[in-house]
Amino acid sequence: MINYIWFSFIFIGFVASFLTGDIQKVTDASLLYANSAVELAIGLVGTISLWCGLMKIAEEAGLVKKLGDFLKPVMIRLFPDVPPDHPAMGSMVANIAANVFGLGNAATPLGLRAMKDLQTLSDDKKTATNAMVMFLAINTSSVTLIPSSVLALRVAASSSNPTEIIAPTILVTTISTLVAIAAAKLFQNMKMFNK
Amino acid sequence: MFVEIMQTISLYSVPLIILLIPMYALFVKKVKVYEVFCEGAKEGFDTAIRILPFLVAMLFSIGVLRMSGALDMFIDFTRPFFAQIGLPSELLPMFVMRPLSGGAAQGVLVDLLEAYGPDSFIGRAGSTMYGSTETTLYVLAVYFGSVGVIKARHAVAAGFMADAAGMISAVIVTAIIFGSM
Repeated sequence: MINYIWFSFIFIGFVASFLTGDIQKVTDASLLYANSAVELAIGLVGTISLWCGLMKIAEEAGLVKKLGDFLKPVMIRLFPDVPPDHPAMGSMVANIAANVFGLGNAATPLGLRAMKDLQTLSDDKKTATNAMVMFLAINTSSVTLIPSSVLALRVAASSSNPTEIIAPTILVTTISTLVAIAAAKLFQNMKMFNK
Repeated sequence: MFVEIMQTISLYSVPLIILLIPMYALFVKKVKVYEVFCEGAKEGFDTAIRILPFLVAMLFSIGVLRMSGALDMFIDFTRPFFAQIGLPSELLPMFVMRPLSGGAAQGVLVDLLEAYGPDSFIGRAGSTMYGSTETTLYVLAVYFGSVGVIKARHAVAAGFMADAAGMISAVIVTAIIFGSM
């Protein structure tokens, strides 16, 4: 699926540029975004290193396992393929907590750490496991208590009540997380996704 | 009140994590905190380099699509259909951009706040849509790329389902809480 989506972006972009008589845009966009991807990845080195270091300390001190135990009843239902005492449970809880509390820059490194832990349980290293997809789905739809970037934009636009969107955001992210969990469970055994 | 509590939590959580994890590890568990930190931090560079090709692939293909103007054409084309099912067509660019590009979606939100005002229905619904969803394709590229997973299976479908549910319910919830559509 991802192969077709990826190619269709390029194909549609090519056709649209051709039709509007500005084919140069394809070249410009390719180079511009390839370069910004590198900047983005290199820009992550410091943050990832910092949180990987702290997570390693937390792990050695047994804190990651404790964090996993904290939400055990929920986690074992969401991730039946992950052993209850596996470190992946702890790092997934850490990532979800960082998302919920709006610690944006901590969330990604903790999420990557969780992916690494989940990968240790996988037989086919090139294919996503059910647990990985469930984790990603929960992650991208994650319950958000404070959407800080939106609040900043609303303040900048001189809203009379910038924070009034917090309640709807909490409600909506709860709905989308439930849909994400349902979709991940529903799709996991479908043939079209397991070719 | 809720907001102040949450903002205090946000403000203090990182400093407290940075203080308390090493403190507990060092004094209670006798962990060699400096050495262990460095050992963990070693992974940072490798991880960033591992996700690099996946980011280049994803961002450049989305970039070609964006800069070609195809998305704007698509938005103009589907506007009547969108209006017919009762969703305000002003929010259509947010629907299309949000799962693809965080930067573009933020640009859309800034435009909406400017054009309709942050306290209008469009402003509130747009804010809720942006705040409730993630740049699914970017997260997918980074997370799966970091461990070398290439076959995403049902991840894209599940992610897009959640995005669609989030954005549609953002419009409905905003209409219910603040009234007027």
